[in-house]
Amino acid sequence: MRQWFKSGDPWIWLIGGAVSISLIMVIGLLLLIAVRGLGHFWQPPIVETVFNDRGEEVRVLGVIRESETVTAQVVREAGFEVPEDQLLVTRYLFHLGNRDLTGRDFQWFIGDALGEFSFPRDAIVLERQEWGNFFGYLVAVKEEGVVVAEGEAAFTELRQRLTRSRELVAATIRMERFDIGQINAGIERERLEQRRIEMNERLSDEERAERLAASEAEVQRLNDEFASLRVELEALRALARRDSLVALTADGREVTINLANVVRATRANTMTVPQKMREYVSRFWDFMTGFPREANTEGGIFPAIFGTVMMVIIMSIVVTPFGVLAAIYLREYARQGPVTRVVRISVNNLAGVPSIVFGVFGLGFFVYFLGGNIDQLFFPERLPAPTFGSPALIWASLTLALLTLPVVIVSTEEGLTRIPRAMREGSLALGATKAETLWKVIVPVSTPAMMTGLILAVARAAGEVAPLMLVGVVKLAPNLPVDGQFPFIHLERRIMHLGFHIYDVGFQSPNAEAARPLVYATALVLVGLILVLNLTAIAVRNKLRERYKSESD
Amino acid sequence: MNTEANKPRVSAGLANAETRKRLNLRNESISVEVNNLNLYYGQSQALKNISMGIPQKRVTAFIGPSGCGKSTLLRCFNRMNDLVDICRIEGEIRIDGENIYHPSVDVPELRRKVGMVFQKPNPFPKSIYENIAYGLRLQGVKNRRKLDEVVENSLKRAALWEEVKDRLNDNAFGLSGGQQQRLVIARAIAIEPEVILLDEPCSALDPISTAKVEELIIDLKESYTIVIVTHNMQQAARVSDFTAYMYLGELIEYDDTAKLFTNPSQKATEDYITGRYG
Repeated sequence: MRQWFKSGDPWIWLIGGAVSISLIMVIGLLLLIAVRGLGHFWQPPIVETVFNDRGEEVRVLGVIRESETVTAQVVREAGFEVPEDQLLVTRYLFHLGNRDLTGRDFQWFIGDALGEFSFPRDAIVLERQEWGNFFGYLVAVKEEGVVVAEGEAAFTELRQRLTRSRELVAATIRMERFDIGQINAGIERERLEQRRIEMNERLSDEERAERLAASEAEVQRLNDEFASLRVELEALRALARRDSLVALTADGREVTINLANVVRATRANTMTVPQKMREYVSRFWDFMTGFPREANTEGGIFPAIFGTVMMVIIMSIVVTPFGVLAAIYLREYARQGPVTRVVRISVNNLAGVPSIVFGVFGLGFFVYFLGGNIDQLFFPERLPAPTFGSPALIWASLTLALLTLPVVIVSTEEGLTRIPRAMREGSLALGATKAETLWKVIVPVSTPAMMTGLILAVARAAGEVAPLMLVGVVKLAPNLPVDGQFPFIHLERRIMHLGFHIYDVGFQSPNAEAARPLVYATALVLVGLILVLNLTAIAVRNKLRERYKSESD
Repeated sequence: MNTEANKPRVSAGLANAETRKRLNLRNESISVEVNNLNLYYGQSQALKNISMGIPQKRVTAFIGPSGCGKSTLLRCFNRMNDLVDICRIEGEIRIDGENIYHPSVDVPELRRKVGMVFQKPNPFPKSIYENIAYGLRLQGVKNRRKLDEVVENSLKRAALWEEVKDRLNDNAFGLSGGQQQRLVIARAIAIEPEVILLDEPCSALDPISTAKVEELIIDLKESYTIVIVTHNMQQAARVSDFTAYMYLGELIEYDDTAKLFTNPSQKATEDYITGRYG
């Protein structure tokens, strides 16, 4: 035994065990998120059954989201009757949809009170623009209120007409977002122009009147254009709303649903596996590229992905030069002594400050002080409405840059220290000045270390949520920070962020059951995004390492 | 640290005066002139009252046990010791009659005139071509043809051209140690210095590479004043015209290499070269 201890084997087992536990935890975490998140886009079969509600029979149609076995006691306390001798009860969480009709999306049912499960082939599930999913049976398809198809033919007809209406709806959205958006931006510009003219004291009265008239004429022109666009838009909307479908709900109510309100229609129980796969890819694509609907519980997360990426990119652009320059000064120029030691300790401690503190600082300094002053100086015509004086993309990025600055400084400094003295001397001996040595040899060679700092910074920044809530991230941003309006990148806009989106969907959502899979899916996207950003940075770093390969590596 | 107690019995100053006379007799023109040089690292004195003249277009070797100050002296010639904060220098070193420690001296300009090769090969992590062109680029040479020409000539003079001409754009770290050292020498001669300082250039090399570098040193003395620090007494005997023996920061003996190795005038020198030192 003692021999075994001396041989060092127990240590190897201990170290190996530690590594495997870490690995298992990481893989387990990723698997859990992946399974829960990715499962959301798979269409499960639609179940029809009968629920015996204290002697009254209710027909139930929906999708089983979850099932669990609980003690009978729990169920009894919830007000259900369970025979005295039964200890365990299985209960099912049904996604029933039809929120507009019944007021609730999800319902728990006791397994004992449910009849036989059947999977009706004609049951359909509709994903709707509003009110969530609809489960029912298709009866007929109507055009302008006139029935065009019934029975078995109805579904084929529905699919065809749905494609058409989707295209029209997309066209209306495009029109709203781009054409009308442009006109609105123009009108806003002219309004500001008029304020500016009014506030400009150097203008004579005549000049002022003249310019105001010109601006007014422009507004008039834009308004006219808007009016004509509105007509077009209304026409388009009417076209999109032409078709509708009639369906029966499980409890026998007949419902008419306009096709403009339908995103997707599937007969889940007749779908083959390849069909389901195609459906899966299509849903996943919509999730990644779509805009959120229904208080973020449906639709896509594209604005959040975009906002996160933008924020991280701007943060990197800010933090890299600052951190690198600070590190170069500290390491190469500053006289090493008590002062530099204090600075170094402070920088390291900065990394340990809770991130929410940075958020508070960002709000006080960046948003109110810097932003407020920028508004006073450059955008007086917009006051009292703030431009930069409210939480914004730029302030979120700057706050994160501050948060990640220590990481970049520390790793750059480490990189600079690691460069062999011989290399510096070699350059100096050739008649290079200190600055030339620095920029031509030292900095290029330490770029991999800088990239390491940036990688760590990106990983930290992309996952940070708390400070962002204060300085620029919102639940729902109406516009992306990049669009076709001058100056194209709008740093003063608020953004959506994946991390905050997870929090918002998970904890602030009115429809918690519907939102849960989205939390996992969004988390998966966030992890994937950080992975992609990091892999890119690592690829760049490896390239640099290869290029500046030296013996010391 | 008080080194007075360890002071050798023979005064270096005397030997120095004699040596200088001899060199004058042989009509060497002096490239580097050292006058009463004292160097301190903080409180301790590393070089003690050194005076010597280094002849032009000759190979001068510094030998002596580790820590005797030979590298420190060498690094005074291109003011590399400036990089050490606690280093303080008294006395003067004249190169072409100009005191290089005068405040008005442009140090990068001086280092262009006095090239240096270090103990371990220290190429930059750039291509072979860029390593050689580095010094010229610093001087603002952009003409590609001029650069090509200098790179080729320097590599040829460093006897490396044939080995690397087909891979000038490869990373210099792909070369062997001996090749790297010759590359570094080529890099030093690319900027046409007057003096080349070699700080134990062969200590990290195998015998074959060492032989190549030694051959190169002998070739180069046609055009450059060469000062070499070496631990290897055979090497000093092989390549140098003059040899200086240093001990504990003092110049013990400085003479014609043949004379110093066959008939040293100092007992300390004799002890060292015959291996009775220590």
